[in-house]
Amino acid sequence: MPLDPSGPWWDGADWMLASVFVPLFGALSCFLLPRLVAALGLAAALLTTAATLALTLSVLDKGALKVQLGGWEAPLGILWRADGLSVALMAMTAAVGALVSLYAAAYFRDEVQQRAFFWPIWLILWAALNALFLSADLFNLYVTLELLGFAAVSLTALGGGAAALTGAIRYLLVSVLGSLSYLLGVALIYHGCGSLDIALAAPCVADAPAPAMQVAAGAMIAGLLLKTALFPFHFWLPPAHGSASAPVSALLSALVVKASFYLVLRLWLDLFGGGGRWLAELLGALGAVAVIWGSVLALRQERLKLLIAYSTVAQIGYLFMAFPLALAGSTVVWTAALYLALSHGLAKAAMFLSAGSLLRFGGHDRIAELDSVVHRLPLTLAAFALAGISIMGLPPSGGFIGKWLLLGEAFRQGRFLLAGVMLLGGALAAAYVFKVVGHAFRSAEREQRERAIPPSMEWSALILAVAAIVLGLMLPLISPLLRLSTASPGLAAALGGLA
Amino acid sequence: MTDPIFWGLLGMALVVMGLYALIVHAHLLRKVLALNVMSSGVFLVFIGLARRASSDGMPMAVDPVPQAMVLTGIVVAVAGTGLALALIVRLRAITGRTTLGDDASG
Repeated sequence: MPLDPSGPWWDGADWMLASVFVPLFGALSCFLLPRLVAALGLAAALLTTAATLALTLSVLDKGALKVQLGGWEAPLGILWRADGLSVALMAMTAAVGALVSLYAAAYFRDEVQQRAFFWPIWLILWAALNALFLSADLFNLYVTLELLGFAAVSLTALGGGAAALTGAIRYLLVSVLGSLSYLLGVALIYHGCGSLDIALAAPCVADAPAPAMQVAAGAMIAGLLLKTALFPFHFWLPPAHGSASAPVSALLSALVVKASFYLVLRLWLDLFGGGGRWLAELLGALGAVAVIWGSVLALRQERLKLLIAYSTVAQIGYLFMAFPLALAGSTVVWTAALYLALSHGLAKAAMFLSAGSLLRFGGHDRIAELDSVVHRLPLTLAAFALAGISIMGLPPSGGFIGKWLLLGEAFRQGRFLLAGVMLLGGALAAAYVFKVVGHAFRSAEREQRERAIPPSMEWSALILAVAAIVLGLMLPLISPLLRLSTASPGLAAALGGLA
Repeated sequence: MTDPIFWGLLGMALVVMGLYALIVHAHLLRKVLALNVMSSGVFLVFIGLARRASSDGMPMAVDPVPQAMVLTGIVVAVAGTGLALALIVRLRAITGRTTLGDDASG
């Protein structure tokens, strides 16, 4: 067992187990005791956050950790590894998860039926996310991907309306298709290498006959791109994220999409050893198109939630623009991509939560009729604007650090087209954020129905937005975390570029 | 007919047919069936190639690990099909439609 009798009681490996099993047992108890669902859910969320925090601290303290489930070594057993990359994403998940839980407790207070389903499914989603970030085994990753997908689809359908159901069904079809494509790649890798552990398979993948491994890499990455909603696979994202209820949209946009991006990054760096040149250029080009296309469509939306959903499509593009820039051996771009992923998670959750408050307040989310909400919900609008600063990439936000590093690298390598797209994307982001904020200052012509917003809904959005800004000031704290990567020395070197 | 490559190619053919049907048909039940055909294809590739994977020591020995993985995969596929069917039934009860409609944009 992972317990080390000589170590202190906060042995890090135990926190890995706790971060998956606490939300899982929380979900089960929510199903069994539907009357206490909100209290149980909040308690489980709090405990999961605490376990993740403890795991983060022990990884910072001791370096990467691993657990051998059942005590079996790698080729036979299944390993969980916690390195800097996993822990950074788990910490972001915990921050978003805790505040969305707080928000959801108030949001679903009067909707008994939705509440009874939201909590258990959300806790399962959290367990799946943590398991995905910890798994070091390709097939285990497939199972966590499917678990994540099914939980996300069920949450999308929670509202029960026709739009939510249609969005959920399309999401389910896309999600299963992506997982199957990934599984096909796993089958080919197992056939070629006879191992599913990422660290054990990596040297074999490098040696194996090229075409089989290229097909495997192509199938796995294509499946994951479908789930990450990179252009042109983004068609399912706006209907699903736009029609779900606000806490769910926040979880989907901030966390679920990041999980499949994390997996792309993990496979790219640890398994496929940096991938191929053409694939990297293709990913970068698709990312650049996504930035422009997503931003232009976001600007054209008339509904606030759809605007935010298209903004997610654009911001995902930035993450993939790191791939071609890393070809020149630059190490700083992975730090930039991770910084962007973390800060986008926090900022986008804050945006969707404040959109949910506006929707609840006015009974609609038409941008043109926001009716001077700045006077009535100042905290919510402040949260939206602060999150917008991070999305635009203005200093001192987390989004600024990520985009600044990426932009600097693009100029250094003379990739002016990519740099131009990044700048244009920032300007378009500013345009769509100010479009919303501008309408919030104006009064609308029509009478509005108004409904009181509990303070916990306003504050949780604001705290997330502030966290996205503060992330920009925490570079000295976060960059050592990103350097503590295990599985391959390549990744450790890649992430260590920013010292 | 025991050649792993034969079964692998057969599985790939099922995957391609399923993908084609998934794209072409609008009826949601057909889309769900298409995904099931695709997953059967992936499982067949997995099982078919299992024979050669362990051929280093003993020629044509059957590796049990892919069987275990396919078993897990079948459970996942059943769960996914159930979830999809429940959502489709609900969609039909509310709207009377069994297609996704043309609301996809962008």
